[in-house]
Amino acid sequence: MQNDSFIEFNRVSFGYGDRLILQDISLKIGRGQLVAIMGGSGSGKTTLLRLIAGQIRAQQGQVLVDGRDVGRMNQRELYQHRRRMGMLFQFGALFTDLPVFDNVAFPIREHTSLSPEMVRDLVLMKLHAVGLRGTEALMPAELSGGMSRRVALARAIALDPQIMLYDEPFTGLDPISLATIALLIKKLSDALGTSAVMVTHDVHKSLEIVDYVYFIAGGKIAAAGTPDEVRASDSPWVHQFVHGEADGPVHFAYPAQQSLAGSFGLEGA
Amino acid sequence: MMLDNLLAPLRKLGHSTINAVWKLGVMSRFLLAIIAHSGQSLLRFQLTIREVYFAGVLSLIIIVVSGLFVGMVLGLQGYNTLSRFGSADALGALVALSLLRELGPVLAALLFASRSGSAMTAEIGLMKATEQLEAMSVMAVDPIARVVAPRFWAGVISMPILAALFNVMGIFGGYLVGVVMIGLDEGTFWSQMQNNVDLHFDVINGLIKSLFFGIAVTLIAVFEGFDATPTAAGVSSATTRTVVTSALVILALDFVLTAFMF
Repeated sequence: MQNDSFIEFNRVSFGYGDRLILQDISLKIGRGQLVAIMGGSGSGKTTLLRLIAGQIRAQQGQVLVDGRDVGRMNQRELYQHRRRMGMLFQFGALFTDLPVFDNVAFPIREHTSLSPEMVRDLVLMKLHAVGLRGTEALMPAELSGGMSRRVALARAIALDPQIMLYDEPFTGLDPISLATIALLIKKLSDALGTSAVMVTHDVHKSLEIVDYVYFIAGGKIAAAGTPDEVRASDSPWVHQFVHGEADGPVHFAYPAQQSLAGSFGLEGA
Repeated sequence: MMLDNLLAPLRKLGHSTINAVWKLGVMSRFLLAIIAHSGQSLLRFQLTIREVYFAGVLSLIIIVVSGLFVGMVLGLQGYNTLSRFGSADALGALVALSLLRELGPVLAALLFASRSGSAMTAEIGLMKATEQLEAMSVMAVDPIARVVAPRFWAGVISMPILAALFNVMGIFGGYLVGVVMIGLDEGTFWSQMQNNVDLHFDVINGLIKSLFFGIAVTLIAVFEGFDATPTAAGVSSATTRTVVTSALVILALDFVLTAFMF
């Protein structure tokens, strides 16, 4: 799709024990692109993010970020790699013992030796960017779900990352908060020029903001395309997912080993 | 089938023995990792000071009050027993020696384990369960250096100080009962203590004990938190394990140290 790829998966496989989560995945994410990875629960979407962040290593294949193989980095290189990266966790993962200000200031204080005044200005700018200036003194427990997600976003962009990873950014939000987060993700991607990967199963909101979509099912890429291509797709799998139908190529029922009659002891009766 | 049933308890015993040895090994490596990542807790000492406040300063009330009562009980019981042999004058020495050598370090460590150790485990375990440790690591900040090491050193620093305070309060409690309440001679009480307590043999050895207890309890607490299954049930059982394991380790370690020291 694009030549100037920033993040690239090259025939990547990963699994826990005998259970393969990802099989032979290849995909490319261009510089400055916002890409969504969609798929059902347990399809290995979050595993993909963890591979990019280097929290786990691919068992086969390569995960290249800016031309470097994340799986071959040592601890020091990995931490250097992560400094250029921001990640928004599913439920924010704010430090509950620190107020909003210190949460956003955390990466700045840890990785730079800026003066307290500079740190303050930076934190206020980031909080302003997510529309939460004035909440500095609040504790995470005092924030609503949507607000804490926005504070977490401010923290993730504190050091102006080149890569943003979003893990289910829309989960558990009311429609207004959801629209706010979606707008922020889009605005930040455009303003900072970051390459961003968003793992989600919220189809409609995602299709409005992303540049490209990969669908993952059963550890493999089931479909891919721009939002327009996805909407027009005639693949029965994509149709089922986009329209949220209970039965289709993905079955409603778990594939039980025993027949229904057998389960109730009625077989041969 | 029959043989299987007979062998099951043996298998269980072997399994839990191997598990225990395994855990001991992992814990030792964890201790090495903490020491290797201690640079930050020493260079940015305010990180450690903050934890000293939570682990040490906030334990003051329980340590001070318990120390006072233990000393008062020692005063009562000691007077009862000693006066049977006509040596009630030695009460000062008895109270001081029991506290400095045994009761101070051991009881302070048991209280510290249940007050601060359990809090450390629960806090680190919950940070793990709510992805805070993972978030930190993704921000290129090592959780062992930033979260675990400062807490570990705070515990190691706080424990001997708390034990010393426990001793002081205990001796004061013994004084209250022996001199103020029962009416023993004040001069004899203190001079008996002065004559019988040796700085190196009794005071320093007691402090060394509490240093060992501090290392053991805090290591168990931070390890259990870091190792906790990241669920509500996991954190709760890790907290229980911290208190139970700490208590056993303190008492066993006390026996070993006493055997070597006195």
